[in-house]
Amino acid sequence: MTVEQSPLAAFAHEGGDVRIAEIPFLTQLDLRLDPDGPAFPAVAKALGGELPTAPCTASRLGDVDALWLGPDEWLLLAEPGRQRELEVLLRAAIGEEHGAVVDVSAQRTALSLAGPAAREVLARGCSIDLDPRFAPAGTCVQTLLARTGVTIVVQEERFLLLVRASFAQYLAAWLVDSTDGAGR
Amino acid sequence: MTTSFRTAAGGRIDRSRPLRFTFDGRTYTGYAGDTLASALLANGVHRVATSIRYGRPRGIVTAGVAEPSAIVQIEAPFPEPMLAATAIELYDGLVARGLAGQGRLADKPDPARYDATHAHCEVLVVGAGPAGLTAALTAARAGVRVVIVDEQPEPGGALLGTDDRPALDWFAAVAAELRANPDVRFLRRCTAFGYYDDGFVLALEVLDPERTRQRVWRIRAKQVVVATGAHERPVVFAGNDRPGIMQAGAARTYLHRYGVLAGRRAAVFTTNDSAYPAAVELADAGVAIAGIVDPRDEIPAHWRAECERRGIAVHSSHVVTGTSGSDRVTRAHLAPLGGGPRSGLECDVLLVSGGWNPAVHLFSQARGALRFDEALGAFLPGGTVEGVRVAGSAAGVFELAACRAEGAARAAEALSELGVPAALPELPAVPPAPAGQPARVLWRVPGDEPERQFVDLQRDATAADVLQAVGAGLRSVEHVKRYTTISTAHDQGKTSGVVASGIVAEQLGVPVGDLGTTTFRPPYTPVAFAALAGRNTGELHDPVRVTSLHPWHVEHGALFENVGQWKRPWYYPHAGEDLTAAVLRECRAAREGVAMMDASTLGKIDVQGRDAGVLLDRLYTNLMSTLKVGSARYGVMCGVDGMVKDDGTVIRVDENRWLLTTTTGNAAMVLEWMEEWLQTEWPHLQVSLTSVTEHWATVALVGPRSREVLAQVAPGLDVGKEAFPFMSWRDATVAGIPARVCRISFSGELAYEINVNAWYGRALWEALLDAGEPLGITPYGTETMHVLRAEKGYPIIGQDTDGTVTPQDLGMSWIVSKKKPDFVGKRSFDRTENQRADRKHLVGLLPADGSTVLAEGAQILTNPDTPPMLGHVTSSYRSAALGRPFALALVRAGRDRIGETLHAWHDGASVPVTVTGPVLYDSEGARRDG
Repeated sequence: MTVEQSPLAAFAHEGGDVRIAEIPFLTQLDLRLDPDGPAFPAVAKALGGELPTAPCTASRLGDVDALWLGPDEWLLLAEPGRQRELEVLLRAAIGEEHGAVVDVSAQRTALSLAGPAAREVLARGCSIDLDPRFAPAGTCVQTLLARTGVTIVVQEERFLLLVRASFAQYLAAWLVDSTDGAGR
Repeated sequence: MTTSFRTAAGGRIDRSRPLRFTFDGRTYTGYAGDTLASALLANGVHRVATSIRYGRPRGIVTAGVAEPSAIVQIEAPFPEPMLAATAIELYDGLVARGLAGQGRLADKPDPARYDATHAHCEVLVVGAGPAGLTAALTAARAGVRVVIVDEQPEPGGALLGTDDRPALDWFAAVAAELRANPDVRFLRRCTAFGYYDDGFVLALEVLDPERTRQRVWRIRAKQVVVATGAHERPVVFAGNDRPGIMQAGAARTYLHRYGVLAGRRAAVFTTNDSAYPAAVELADAGVAIAGIVDPRDEIPAHWRAECERRGIAVHSSHVVTGTSGSDRVTRAHLAPLGGGPRSGLECDVLLVSGGWNPAVHLFSQARGALRFDEALGAFLPGGTVEGVRVAGSAAGVFELAACRAEGAARAAEALSELGVPAALPELPAVPPAPAGQPARVLWRVPGDEPERQFVDLQRDATAADVLQAVGAGLRSVEHVKRYTTISTAHDQGKTSGVVASGIVAEQLGVPVGDLGTTTFRPPYTPVAFAALAGRNTGELHDPVRVTSLHPWHVEHGALFENVGQWKRPWYYPHAGEDLTAAVLRECRAAREGVAMMDASTLGKIDVQGRDAGVLLDRLYTNLMSTLKVGSARYGVMCGVDGMVKDDGTVIRVDENRWLLTTTTGNAAMVLEWMEEWLQTEWPHLQVSLTSVTEHWATVALVGPRSREVLAQVAPGLDVGKEAFPFMSWRDATVAGIPARVCRISFSGELAYEINVNAWYGRALWEALLDAGEPLGITPYGTETMHVLRAEKGYPIIGQDTDGTVTPQDLGMSWIVSKKKPDFVGKRSFDRTENQRADRKHLVGLLPADGSTVLAEGAQILTNPDTPPMLGHVTSSYRSAALGRPFALALVRAGRDRIGETLHAWHDGASVPVTVTGPVLYDSEGARRDG
């Protein structure tokens, strides 16, 4: 039998008022689409909601999280195992228009960061202002955390970090290190 | 040990918490709240250091970070060099010693932690003195986020060095209000050391000497209020460097803040009113005042009366012309300013004030223009800088009420800039200051001993050095600084820079304002590299990138090679094997049986859209659009200069979808390169690019028996050589995993690259190992990969090329399309330079002795040991297949020299080598089908 292995092997850590855990095997699709083209409303209809067009935001469309990555690029996140179903759905909606759908589920892994000191831990390596008044839930930024690129999604009770698989061990080590003394 | 210079009561130290410390081998006691300097003075120690050039005894001059003299080395708990005793907060167990200009770095790893953090605010206030605290209060009450940083353990700024109880009580109340506000971050022991663009300020917070020692704050503020106070300025006179010669304001601070008497009998030399309260208060505390020397003719009536009441003689129109004493000043010599009979004042301390220099460092770093104020004899903020305001003494305002009012006003302006309504806080009334007299600006006492008039104590640079610089024709203070080294020490000239400008101006007969000052550069105070490195040390120094197969490689004893940030298996030694033996074994397996390697690090880019073929045709030198679905093609990309940029394979997935690979190190560069052309030159092309490098795990299965292994794990795949030919790919189920199998080879052998979702990388790897076990399947690393490809003359971009090599130079004219109308790099191939017959060509080299493994980089010579040099070795290995070492080299007109003997300069000797074509193994390509 084949065994799936995530980059961090379902790593979890608690310390310094922060809880960190890998959320492995999410469905992740990169979607390229002209926001002014006819396929855009078709995709909205297929997903049950419009893709976010405001920079640095994310929206929940039914059971799919749509992350704005650029004027014509989104990352769609869903529960594990939905790659094929969503890809077929999106390709059908795009039809003959120009667009691209790429399964990038294993390109990045996801980490959740929660707890009272989560912001403090992120501030140790991230130059973005994550004060809830300036980065409310629904904020999505692509930036550096410590020395690796990450996508940070601000959710109601946690931060979701997406990191390239090859950098995941480095980031996990950095996060654990950064909980030292946090929240005190 | 008696602390005989400690007052009986008073000061802001905690007398219930004695601290033991060691200085220069002797143990002393101080109190919590002391600095090392105040604790030494309390123990009667003035001499703490030795000067760097002349070996003169040196003492404590200031009570803060401007200190030019009392430089010490901390030895315990951890060695730190070149610290000002006046800026070290005392702690129990501190061991320090005085320095003679140079410290010693630790020779062991630092066990302490250095942290870093980012912070954001609407208003940053630098300094928690009267102006800064009022500014922070004003901003905080307006409801914005405020960060206030201050270098001291408690707020109050310069007033900590006075006995102004009502003011200090008010500060405590304001500080308490600020601390209670969740939107205010009050950072004590935190020095803003650099202002960068757009409100970006770096600050260093001193924490705990043992655990987290320091933290760098990277603060982004929409508005900055600089309230950094002022530094007292010396007057330059002969013998002004003896221990016991101290700033008047520092002596006042030692008295009020630390409960320390600087001496028993003080002489005072001042050019302004600020030293009078110091003298009077010291007299009231029991210090005998030997006399006050003031070059001014008019002494303010109030202070003259106060002095008379205490029997203090005031020598108006006089200056100090010299001093006596060996390890400590014993006498100040004075004379009328215009010359005349000399007299003396017996003393054990000489307190000096030459006026005050506003601490304009941050404002100047922010590109704020300075102007010279003739009355103050100081440079003040002159211009405006967006988002930066200066308040209080840093702006040349010295009275308490005015400092507070200005602080509030500057904060209100900052808030208004942010569109936030501000209310000015109610400020306590302050009794009016006594009427004063204008200061006399005196840089240097006229005299005939300029070589004993010290301008920069730390550099041992004197007025004579300045005069020599001017005499040598230097006119710019920047040049004088570099000629004399004045203000280049750790203190960056806080006490010497402006004085040096003044002396130069006097010599040149020009206004000081026209000369200006030297540039104020960050850092304001010294910052340890360890602090700037923060947590980016050890395993976090640089990200280590690993593939999904990495744990297996570690478990099976691989040694690793760094390829960019990637860790790639280098080779897998068996017990007792060295690199040579392991690589010969791994190569033999790949050439004679079956072997496998982790190729996951190859860059991979998904290309989709109906114009994908057009884009690829323009970026690769060869034609890609004719590739059939199901096939693969090798391709080379060149820069606009026609030089090889990267290479890899391209497969056509379907009509409008392609997948290309890049070299490991160039994955990000190639994607950026493609995006740049797509976005800036050809935005009309309907193509989208997506990196999928890490989505796929890739295993190369190599060797004449690789087909058997693949057939076993992919029973549904027809692996026959006609059904699955070279340079084609198939989707298949491999070991139960959906996979894309490409029949491409980087070794010349029959080979496959099997790609699966990276989550299944290890499952695939282990299934291949199991299936190949009866055939002796052998994992191999990058070293074997290099040997195998080099035997076939396949270049590695970046190793065999260096950005000056064309495809033609590599002997790959066949990869450059003659049919395509245009592609990036095409025009450059027509340049005369690129057509020369004597360009460097990639060739093979066989050392004539059949045994030397040439050093990579070895120069190639026509003659055994004389120029001209024709090129260099780019790759060099032992070959199991050839039974001898070989090399690849870039050699001038190399293809015309095939068969010739040249010489390689190797390890200090010349080695004869035979030039060959680059393909040394299976040049007919017979092995690729197994």
